[in-house]
Amino acid sequence: MKSTLFKIIGGLLLLALGVFIGRTLLSSSGESTVPMPSTMQYRNVGHSGDTTQVAQRKQFTGQIIEVKKGGSIQEAVKSANPGDLIRVFPGTYSENVYIDKDDISLQGVVIKGEWPTLDGNHKINDAFLYSGNGILIENFKIINYKGNGIMGQAGNNFIIRNNWIIDTGVYGIFPQFGKNGLIEHNVLSKIADAAIYVGMCDNIDVLHNEVFDSVAGIEIENSRHCLVENNYVHNNTGGLLAFITPGLPIKTAFNIIFRNNFVVNNNHPNFGAPGSTVASIPPGTGILIMAADDVIVENNIITGNKNTGITIVDLATGDPKANDPNSEGNPDRVVILDNIMFDNGNDPTGEIKAIMLTQLETKGPDIFAYGGGTGSTIRDKNRYRTFGLGDYGPAQIEDTKDIKTMMLGAPVPPRSVTDKELGEITYYGVCAGCHALGTTLIGVDTQIIKDIYVDNPQGIVNYITKPLNLRDDYPEMPPQDYLSEEAKMAVAKYILEMTN
Amino acid sequence: MKSKSTILILSIVGLLISGLLLFFFASKKSETYTDLAVLNCHCPPGFKLNEDNKCIAKNLYQQYDSPNNLGVGGLQTGLPEGRDGFTPQEIDLGRYLFFDPILSIDGSMSCATCHEPNKGFSDGLPTSIGKDNLKLDRAAPTLWNVGYLNRLFWDGRANSLEEQMAITLFSEVEMANTPENLLHTLNNIDNYRKLFAEAYPERGKKEDIELPEIYKALAAFQTSLVSLNSKYDQYAHGYHEALNEKEIEGLNVFRSFVARCAECHTPPLFTNQQFAVIGTPEPDGLPLDPGAEIPFDDKSMRGAFKVPTLRNIDLTAPYMHSGKFETLREAVEFYTKGRGHAVPKDEKLYIHWHIWEPELSDYELDRLVDFLKTLNDESFTPKIPEALPSGLNVTIQQTLIP
Repeated sequence: MKSTLFKIIGGLLLLALGVFIGRTLLSSSGESTVPMPSTMQYRNVGHSGDTTQVAQRKQFTGQIIEVKKGGSIQEAVKSANPGDLIRVFPGTYSENVYIDKDDISLQGVVIKGEWPTLDGNHKINDAFLYSGNGILIENFKIINYKGNGIMGQAGNNFIIRNNWIIDTGVYGIFPQFGKNGLIEHNVLSKIADAAIYVGMCDNIDVLHNEVFDSVAGIEIENSRHCLVENNYVHNNTGGLLAFITPGLPIKTAFNIIFRNNFVVNNNHPNFGAPGSTVASIPPGTGILIMAADDVIVENNIITGNKNTGITIVDLATGDPKANDPNSEGNPDRVVILDNIMFDNGNDPTGEIKAIMLTQLETKGPDIFAYGGGTGSTIRDKNRYRTFGLGDYGPAQIEDTKDIKTMMLGAPVPPRSVTDKELGEITYYGVCAGCHALGTTLIGVDTQIIKDIYVDNPQGIVNYITKPLNLRDDYPEMPPQDYLSEEAKMAVAKYILEMTN
Repeated sequence: MKSKSTILILSIVGLLISGLLLFFFASKKSETYTDLAVLNCHCPPGFKLNEDNKCIAKNLYQQYDSPNNLGVGGLQTGLPEGRDGFTPQEIDLGRYLFFDPILSIDGSMSCATCHEPNKGFSDGLPTSIGKDNLKLDRAAPTLWNVGYLNRLFWDGRANSLEEQMAITLFSEVEMANTPENLLHTLNNIDNYRKLFAEAYPERGKKEDIELPEIYKALAAFQTSLVSLNSKYDQYAHGYHEALNEKEIEGLNVFRSFVARCAECHTPPLFTNQQFAVIGTPEPDGLPLDPGAEIPFDDKSMRGAFKVPTLRNIDLTAPYMHSGKFETLREAVEFYTKGRGHAVPKDEKLYIHWHIWEPELSDYELDRLVDFLKTLNDESFTPKIPEALPSGLNVTIQQTLIP
């Protein structure tokens, strides 16, 4: 009896010990599983033998700033310097984070399924707004904003990945005026315009994203050199879009590849804002190419889109209300390679329905082309049910396998100005408002400054940072402390070296 | 102390003498011309003189690239291509011409009448006043940074400053001059003959003044009206303390895709230089202005206007093409009152897609106004001439720089 009890207790103890050891050794405590900063290192799934990711890798040398539940991401951004990494731990952050600095990485830390969540409560405009170069935003859940999940205005060399974005208003991910960017492994839904909207950009890869329940899935607009690959695009009003919107300052869209995407059942009712370009997209549109040139559609699975699989139109047909004499409105040199297409066009609507009825057809086609455009080709026209492809010749290429990425081999370098140039533009662009060499304007003759500070640029820097009014006959100089240290020293040296 | 009082006495004496001189000349009307200093041989601020005696634009935005070289983007984006390369003498001659009412048919109006330096190079009126006090149809746009614009007038009907000024100089309802009369007048003013000869030394001193010389000098002066050193610019260049919290909130509303201001008023010029139909109301009793529909002969552009710059916008009330809104607050509020809410019932306008229902709060509208005021910068305001080559009076007051 006793020994049995001991055996049981001993057994239980052993079991407890085993569980303890097992949990300790085999499971991981939350934070140690979190990968350390991947920073600017691109993850290129499916790209083998490609050296671009190596070229674009950057060594992490900055500080790590942690934001924990209850903290503010924006405060962290304010304290960050270029090169720093901000790690945001699980919690709900209701803020608008703006990043007007270069080379800042924001990394959410997901612990046991708990995401750091930006919640706009349908009141805040944007979750992330950035204008700097080299911005990384990853691992965030972003919900309930009015404007955008992530919006960039200018800013090259960006990476936006692994984000989970739901109902963030007009756009989910929207880089504008950017060059060389990567958007990958994001999951987006319930967006009232485009879930991913690449606007007026160059050299962008959009890879491995899932976009659904939105008006437009992935939209490449007035952009060049874009690769849209391996995305799962379903139940949007329109799936993949490449087009020109007239009236924008950058007026072309070309060299765009849609490859290896699932474009499936994009039949969601259109809930776009009245007046928006996407509000006129008919539900059931798999791929829409409007006015964009040199678009290649290759190896996509395009099925179950009720209106058409692929629609190719000119601006006059697709967006007749906004004329722009400077936007060329024909889709030229579209290339359709092999795609899996079936079950498209089961319930066409609007103009396409009307046009198909003239052909005594009640179904929409797999591929529908209408309006102007020249030089378009297709690899195997007989595979698909098509309309308007009469002048499409045979494709001159079989595949695009040599194109691994549209991103650049190395980050876009910031425009560099020499110290002398910086000094010059600072002198003429700022100082010249009050100072000139050889004459007195509002402030003293520059010659006087040169005479006082011979070989002493630091003296000028000190003075302009915190001027003392030395002369009764001149007005007080406002401090020029807003200039960077670099610009102050450059202009000081420039002044001392001026000869005319 | 001693030298100071000497200066004081000297300056009082100087003032008295110049006052007397002014009185003397003013009473003699324009038959005797004031002797003028020779033309300035320095470039205006914002420009560097090169070895060919040309003024080349220099500004802090030259540190940055711009996407596709179009000068639209974010905070650190370069400017679009602008006009420069004029000589200091041309620019200075242009300054005299700009302020001289002799350019109008009856000597009543100068360029500065509608583009006053102390009113943001606009005139403070809903719509400008033309010849014989005729009320014109549209507001005078600011001239700040006009050298960077590729289309002029609200309806964009001119492609260059030269085209623009030819229309204004010879419009019957504006300055109402004729090319013949303008040339006749200027060629009969010795001061101008001298100044033009100085500004255009490559031609003979005795040659007559020609129209292209007048256009070029006026264009040269206008390109010198550069405003790129506002508080906003300091922020853009990286000094984030330049804007206070409320102003930054305003910036974020401005560039958000909810308000969408920056989509058309894109930095760094705060215009993308496109046309947009936004459907603002006309002042009471005025019919809808067809805008760019007329010069472009395009129905889809009915009611379209060129997107104006917002730099120094605080100084150029009232707002919109016909001055409907008296304050910036009213102007920004227009955008949240509903797409097409002010379009007359019998009109069908193709309202721009960015005009929607952003549901901005009063708080956000106030912050937008805070931000817009950070775009003020008049540090490169040119001097108004104290006397004019024609002997006519300058009717404009010199801006007081604090």
